[in-house]
Amino acid sequence: MRRSIPLAAIAGVTLALAACSGSGSGSGSTASATASAKPTLSGTLTMWVDETRIDSMKPIVDEFQQQTGVKVDLVQKVSGDIRTDFVSQVPTGQGPDVIIGAHDWTGEFVNNGVVATVQLGDKAKDFSKSAVSAFAYNGQQYGVPYAIENIALVRNNKLLQDTTAKTFDDLVTQAKTANTPFSVLIQQGDKGDAYHLYPLQTSFGAPVFKQKDDGSYTNEIGMSGDAGAKFAAYLQKLGKEKVLDASIDGDKAKQAFLDGKAPYIITGPWNTTAFTKAGMDISVLPIPSAGGQEAKPFVGVQGAFISAKSKNPLLAQEFVVNFLTTEKVQTELYKSGGRLPALTAAASKVDDKVLAGFNAAGSTGAPMPSIPEMGSVWSFWGTTEVQLINGQAADPAGAWTTMITNIQNAIATKK
Amino acid sequence: MSHQGTQVEIPDEAPPRTPSGRRTGVGDTSHARSWSRGFFVKLAVVAIADAVSVYGILTAVAVQSWGVAAFLLAALVAITWVYFSRRGLPAKYLLPGLLFLLVYQLFVMGYTAYVAFTNYGDGHNSTKSDAVAQILVQNEKRVEGSATYPLTVVDKAGTVGFAVVVDGKAEVGSASQPLTAVDGATVDGGKVTAVPGWQVLDFASIAGRQDEIVNLRVPFSSNPDDGSLRTQDAQNGYLYRSALTYDAAADSMTDTSTGTVYRPDSRGSFVSPDGTALTPGWRVAVGFSNFTQMFTDSRLSGPFTQILVWTFVFAGLSVLTTFALGLFLAITFNDPRVRGRRVYRSLLILPYAFPAFLSALVWRGMLNQRFGYVNEVLLGGANVPWLTDGTLAKVSVLMVNLWLGFPYMFLVCTGALQSIPTDIIESARMDGASPFRIFRSMTLPLLMISVAPLLISSFAFNFNNFSLIYMLTGGGPSFTGTPVLIGHTDILISMVYAVAFGSGLKQYGLASAVSILIFIVVGLISWWGFRRTRTLEEL
Repeated sequence: MRRSIPLAAIAGVTLALAACSGSGSGSGSTASATASAKPTLSGTLTMWVDETRIDSMKPIVDEFQQQTGVKVDLVQKVSGDIRTDFVSQVPTGQGPDVIIGAHDWTGEFVNNGVVATVQLGDKAKDFSKSAVSAFAYNGQQYGVPYAIENIALVRNNKLLQDTTAKTFDDLVTQAKTANTPFSVLIQQGDKGDAYHLYPLQTSFGAPVFKQKDDGSYTNEIGMSGDAGAKFAAYLQKLGKEKVLDASIDGDKAKQAFLDGKAPYIITGPWNTTAFTKAGMDISVLPIPSAGGQEAKPFVGVQGAFISAKSKNPLLAQEFVVNFLTTEKVQTELYKSGGRLPALTAAASKVDDKVLAGFNAAGSTGAPMPSIPEMGSVWSFWGTTEVQLINGQAADPAGAWTTMITNIQNAIATKK
Repeated sequence: MSHQGTQVEIPDEAPPRTPSGRRTGVGDTSHARSWSRGFFVKLAVVAIADAVSVYGILTAVAVQSWGVAAFLLAALVAITWVYFSRRGLPAKYLLPGLLFLLVYQLFVMGYTAYVAFTNYGDGHNSTKSDAVAQILVQNEKRVEGSATYPLTVVDKAGTVGFAVVVDGKAEVGSASQPLTAVDGATVDGGKVTAVPGWQVLDFASIAGRQDEIVNLRVPFSSNPDDGSLRTQDAQNGYLYRSALTYDAAADSMTDTSTGTVYRPDSRGSFVSPDGTALTPGWRVAVGFSNFTQMFTDSRLSGPFTQILVWTFVFAGLSVLTTFALGLFLAITFNDPRVRGRRVYRSLLILPYAFPAFLSALVWRGMLNQRFGYVNEVLLGGANVPWLTDGTLAKVSVLMVNLWLGFPYMFLVCTGALQSIPTDIIESARMDGASPFRIFRSMTLPLLMISVAPLLISSFAFNFNNFSLIYMLTGGGPSFTGTPVLIGHTDILISMVYAVAFGSGLKQYGLASAVSILIFIVVGLISWWGFRRTRTLEEL
C-alpha cells in the first residue's frame, strides 16, 4: 500500500502539468484556415526596441494590433545591447521578428546573415532617396526607414543673435565675444566622439570611406593621406586652444549649454527638445567649414529590420513594409519622436523651425556608412581623435596614419 | 518543510495504517513518507518544481532544443525520485545544489571550452545551412526594371500558388508549374479575386502558412532565365533572379553570370579561387589557433605580454598595498591607548560598505582632468592627466583599489590580531624584545597563518577585477597600433572583454580561449599559494 504515495504524488503532479500544458498549447496554435467574412488575423510579432525609441513605438503597435488583430510584443532592450543581442540570438531562433534601429547596423547584420531582405517596390519613390539607400547594401534593401536625423550648429540666441562666421575658426572667435566659459561645445568623452567631429573632418575633404557616384560607399578608406593629416593637425590645434576637450562628454556639453555657458553647441535633435523645454531661444544653423570644403554631417536613418529567421515573415513584412510606410504612421512617429519623417509626404507637412534647421544642415550630409567595415572604424577613430585632442599624440600625421593602419588591419581580420 | 520527525527508516512490513492515513506512532516513521503536514508541503513544492520542468520540456521540444529537453527530463525524474523514494532521500540536500552547479558552472565552462575551439564571432555566427540559405536570399535580386505584380495567394488541394495579372490576363502558377493564363478568372482593380479550380486564401489563412508562402518561387515561364515570382507580404509579387546557385552534392556555390565557383574553406566561408569570400560564413572548429594567436600575432603579442605583466603587478601590488595599510591601521586601532577606537573603526569600514563599481565610477569623475574634484579643488586647478596618461592611470588604478580594498584587510587583520594570545606577546616583551622585533618575529608570523589564504584569494580576486578597470579607466589610455583596442591599464579579463566586444569586431572564440588561459593561470597561482600556506602552518 505504501507504493501508493509516490503514485499519488505523480498523479498530482501530472494533473498540475496537464493544467499548465493546456494553457500553453492554446496560445501556440495558429488560427485554422477557415474563411471568415472579415479578415481578422491572429498571431504575435515580437519586436525589440531600445529605451530611446520605445515610447514613440507603443501607440503605433497598438494601432497595428487594432487594424490587423496581430498582437505585437514590444520588448524593451538596452540600447547598448540590442544590436549585439540581435546578432547572437537570431541564429538560435530566440531573436525577435522585428527590430527597430539605425541604418548603420545594416552591414553588420548582413555580414552575420541575421536580417531578411525587404522589397519596397513602388513605395521606394515616396521616401527621401538617401533614407532608402541608407538601408541598402550590395544592391539589396534590408530595412524600412521612418525618421532621419543629423547634427547641426545650435545657437543660444540670448548670448549671440547673429552668426556671420564663414569658417569654424571665425565661429570660435565670434563665440568668445560672448564671454562664456566655453565657445563652441562639441561633446567628446574619454573614448572620443568621431560622429560629432565628422562635419569638421569632411570639410577637409576626408570622408571615412570613399563614395561611388551614386552615394554608396566602397570599402576603401577615404580619410588617409594629406587631407586626413591636415584634419589631425587641426584637431590638435583645437585641443591646445581648449575648444575641444576630452573631459566634456555628452551630458556635460548638454548641461553647459543649458546653463548658458556657451553660445554654440554642435548637437542633434535628441537634445534640442530639452533646450526648448527649458525655455531657451535657439536657432539651428549649418556647421561652418573648417578646412575649406563643405562640412557634411552624418545623416542617420531610423528604421525597422526583419529577422532572417522570423517565424512570422508575412506578418513582419506586413507591419514593416505596408504599415510603417503609411503617411499617417510616419506623421505620428514624427510627433512623438521629434525627428524628420523619412516619407516625403509626411516630411513636407512638418512645420517646425528647429527641425527645418536640422533638415537644412543635413541636406549636404551623407548617410553614415552601413557597410560592415564601419564596425571596425569607430573605436580606433574616436580613440585617436581623443589622443590628438589631449595632446598625447605628439605627431598628428603619424597618429592618424597608425589609426588608418589599425582600421585596415581590423577590416582584414574580419574577412 | 518541517523536519520534526526522525530519520529512522521503517521496515517494509510496517503495520497497516489507520484509515485516515495518518500515523500515530512517533519515531518509527520517516516524515518523507508519512501523511504529515510536512509531506503535503513537500508535495506542493515538488509539484511546482516538476511543473516548471515539464513546462520547460514542452518549450524545449517546441523549439527542438533536444539537449535542454533531455537535461530537464533527467532533472524531473531525479527530483521526483529523490524526494519520494526511501533510497534517494539522503540526496535531498545535495540535489538542488548539484542541479544549479550543472547549469551555472559546468555548462558554462563546457560551452566556453567549446567556443574557444571555434571561430564563433562576427561573420561566423551560425550553422552552415543557415549561411547557405542566407547567401542565396541575399543574392536573389529583383529583376531590374520588372513590374510590381499585385498578387493573390491561391490554394488547390493543399498546394499553394500565386495568381497575378500579366499583360491584362490572369495567370496562375505554383512551384512546379510556371505561370500560365487561365480562363474565367475574375479580376478587380488589377488583382485576381477568383480563379476556377483554385481557392483564394484570405489573410487569416495566409497567416497560418507563412513559411510556405514566403518560400514559394513560381517560375515566370518555362525559361528559368526569366526569373521567378515571389512575395514577401502576400500582396505584392516581384520577379527575382538568383545570382548564385548552391549545388548540394558538390557543396559549392556557383555564380550564374560569371561561372565562378565558390568552395567552402577550412575557416567556414565559401571562397572563390581568387580568394573572394561570400558572407555570411558559418562556425567551424579551428583547433588551437585561438590559443596561439595571442602569442603568434606580432601586433598582439607585445601588448599581450605588457598586459600579462601589468595584471600580475596590479594584483600583487593591490594585495600588498591594501594589506600593508589595513595591517597598519589594525595594529594602530588595536592599541588600547587609542581613544574612540570604535568610532574610527566604523568610519574605516565605510569605503567597504559602498558598492565597489559605484565607487570606481565616482572616482572616475573625481579624477577627470578638467572637472575632477582632485584637480579642481585638492590641487587648486592643476591639470594632472590622472586617467589619460599611461603611467599615471596605472597609479590611479592602484590608488583607487587601495581605497576600495584596505577596509577588508583592516577587518581581517583586526580579527586575526585579537585572536593572538596576549600572553605570548607579553612574554616576548618580558624578554626585552623591541616592539618592531615583536611585530616581525611574533605578531606577523602568527597573523599570516590565518591571513595568508585570504591574501591568496584576494590576489585571485584582483587578478580578475574587471569591474574596477572597466568602470575606472575602461582599459585606457589605449595602446597605439594594436588590432584590438586595448590599453595601458587593461588587465587580462578586461582585455577579454575588449577582444570579444570592444573593437566593433566580435571574436567570441578568441575571447573564450583567453579566458581559459586566465583560468589556468589563476588556478596555478592558487594551487601554488595554498601549498605555500601549508608550509607556513607547519612552522
